[in-house]
Amino acid sequence: MSTSSDEDDVERIPLCSRPEWSDVQPLPQDDGPNPVVSIAYRDEFRETMDYFRAIYAADERSCRALELTTEAIGMNPGNYTVWHFRRLVLESLNANLHEERDFVDRITFQNSKNYQIWHHRRWLAEKLGTEAANRELEFTKQVFALDAKNYHTWSHRQWVLESLGGWENELEFCCELLEDDVFNNSAWNQRYFVITRSPLLGGLQAMRDSEVCYTSKIILADPHNESPWRYLRGLYKGEIQMLISDNKVPELCLKVLEINKSNLFALSLLLDLLSRGHQPSDELRAVIGALRSSQDIAGTHGLAATLCLVLETVDPMRSSYWAWRRTNLPTGVC
Amino acid sequence: MRFRFRHRRIGRPNPKGNRRIPASSGEEASSVAADHSSTSPSSCPARSCSTSALMESSHPSPSPPSEQPRLTVTQIEQLRVEAKVFEIYRVLNGVDPPTMSLMLELWRDKHIEFLTKGLGNLGPSYNVLDANRPWLCYWIMHSIALLGESLDLELEENVVEFLFRCQDKNGGYGGGPGQMPHLATTYAAVNTLITLGSEKALLSIDRENLHKFFLRMKDSSGAFRMHDGGEIDVRACYTAISVASILNILDDELVKGLGNYILSCQTYEGGIAGEPSSEAHGGYTFCGLATMILINEADRLDLPSLIDWVAFRQGVECGFQGRANKLVDGCYSFWQGGSLALAQRLLPIVRQQLQLSLIGVQPSVECKTNNGFTAEEAGLDNENLSHFGFSFIQRHSECGPLFQSVALQQYILLCSQVLEGGFKDKPGKHRDFYHSCYCLSGLSLSQHSWSGDAGAAPLPGAVLGPYTNLLEPVHPLFNVVLDKYYKSHEFFSAL
Repeated sequence: MSTSSDEDDVERIPLCSRPEWSDVQPLPQDDGPNPVVSIAYRDEFRETMDYFRAIYAADERSCRALELTTEAIGMNPGNYTVWHFRRLVLESLNANLHEERDFVDRITFQNSKNYQIWHHRRWLAEKLGTEAANRELEFTKQVFALDAKNYHTWSHRQWVLESLGGWENELEFCCELLEDDVFNNSAWNQRYFVITRSPLLGGLQAMRDSEVCYTSKIILADPHNESPWRYLRGLYKGEIQMLISDNKVPELCLKVLEINKSNLFALSLLLDLLSRGHQPSDELRAVIGALRSSQDIAGTHGLAATLCLVLETVDPMRSSYWAWRRTNLPTGVC
Repeated sequence: MRFRFRHRRIGRPNPKGNRRIPASSGEEASSVAADHSSTSPSSCPARSCSTSALMESSHPSPSPPSEQPRLTVTQIEQLRVEAKVFEIYRVLNGVDPPTMSLMLELWRDKHIEFLTKGLGNLGPSYNVLDANRPWLCYWIMHSIALLGESLDLELEENVVEFLFRCQDKNGGYGGGPGQMPHLATTYAAVNTLITLGSEKALLSIDRENLHKFFLRMKDSSGAFRMHDGGEIDVRACYTAISVASILNILDDELVKGLGNYILSCQTYEGGIAGEPSSEAHGGYTFCGLATMILINEADRLDLPSLIDWVAFRQGVECGFQGRANKLVDGCYSFWQGGSLALAQRLLPIVRQQLQLSLIGVQPSVECKTNNGFTAEEAGLDNENLSHFGFSFIQRHSECGPLFQSVALQQYILLCSQVLEGGFKDKPGKHRDFYHSCYCLSGLSLSQHSWSGDAGAAPLPGAVLGPYTNLLEPVHPLFNVVLDKYYKSHEFFSAL
């Protein structure tokens, strides 16, 4: 399959000069007499799209049509109509999808934030089936090497795992990424995905304890990193009772406050525990009492309300939010 | 009056292992002086944050070479942005009041100039937006409307005619004449026509075929596909439902299963993802929340978690980030700010969910709270699903914004606004129409965030900079200028 659109050093021959296209009457765009948001198309672009319109209108699903979509995509990878038509042509021609994948591989790196390319990739992988799993996973790794948080790439990787398999090394992969960058929230999200969805692990219930342990270590190493704190809460999703009665959680918060006395994530988590009914230990009461004095908070307030007041001062960016939390503490909270 | 923001650093670099952070490098509790009351806009400081305290704590003091820990990519990128942003704020702090006022001014004329030019001719580099021309129309027209301006009638007519050519004969609008219809470009086209607001504009929409198009895009999962054979995600859901609602063609068939799908996209972080299990993201959070409100199922979401997640997206730069540990971006002023603006009108439900979670009931479990809207608000009891968009904006907002509104305005005006006209993501990036639209939309939301009733004139304290900075209010569910929305609501209710 010719890839003339990729060969930058070869001068493009206009379609009107190519004998194999001589039978086609190009179809100009109907922008009307007074168009708005008019784009000053370069000649190559205009011509390519004029020929595409003609082929599309005729629904010609030929090799040359496929070639034309390659050229059109090269000029505007965001044209979803061209991509859609390309899929129709690929199906009609019963084309070699491995070659198609090679093509998509090549153009993905310059267009890694393009919805159409990733959607096309998903369509392809689905057709190729489970044998494509490893290659897809490998490919996403290559993209992550350039941008470890690419949203489309993560969605694609998750889809591959769910639909085509390949879970064996996924948790390890997450560990590697987190070693590279413990602030990579996408990697944390993936970890949650593996813990909860992998058929090779026991599910959230089975993994909870070891994950709490793993996450706590990371929090203690750097309590300013929001990702593990959210992940920790996530480990108790759907289990409020467990969250508020597992002592490990408030103990971790208190440990953090020892080294960083107004760590807003620790304070915020303690607030959430209290507002869901957690019964505070004497130590927790004492710590909040100390915070109350150090922040010069007067008046009688419950523990949760005190935390809100402390947060209002130590986290001024969210002062409105903490003030609202204080006025919406459920009745009966400590 | 000044803001001193507690610097929430993303972490002093640490060598691997459990080394404790020395107490002295921890966050200072001394950065206070926030003379800001969430309920009283008159005491709202119109000044910037003091950066001197921040500058000290934001950059780790050099450690001995043997202990030099590695900064991660996230940290490096974050520090780079902070440096640029804090430099801008430092300059602001150092100038006299008249200069400060000038710096905080919205350069209306320049924006109008940039926008109107874009409506005419765009350079060849716009090739890559050749399948997004209705978006260009919306970003530009909506921005102009926010600035309280309008175009020549002739130019407006041209827009209507152009969009008509983008309309597919079987319903929906494509990215340009002759392109397949697409939900996002449909959303952009319809919102543009509503912004134009003429009878001709509104009548040009083929509602009947549009409804059929939506049905064709409906997926068995309850969600929607962007186009024939296209991708499914929360954005597709929002664009379909927003248009169906605003055009009064929303029905049970379109809504079926949708709530379940969006619910499955709320993540452990509290925000909403594009697809089930993906990462919580500002754009999708707005789309998901707005959609749930429009179909009257907002109470099925875990709203306290959602609000908490969004509130934490506003960082030391004063603007919003799209995801945790990622960079600030002006466009999230709308996506994230907008989510909180929506939440402001849901607070009674949130309160109920908080109360229920105390007794051990998960908010999103099948415990029907007030079901969002009262029977009275819901109008004719499910007979007209399109009514929710209207009822929502009638609600009185009982408290001020849940985010730091003045700080957000500060980011938009100082870090996103471009001298030559238009807005950009952040310092160092280039302006574009998308960011112009969403920065202005976010600015509008912010300015109006203390208004208990939609459309009420804000107090001066709510507007950062001169009061002439005030923009038109928007309907936060659809992101069209409120007056335009009311006009179109009246028009389509009769159909």
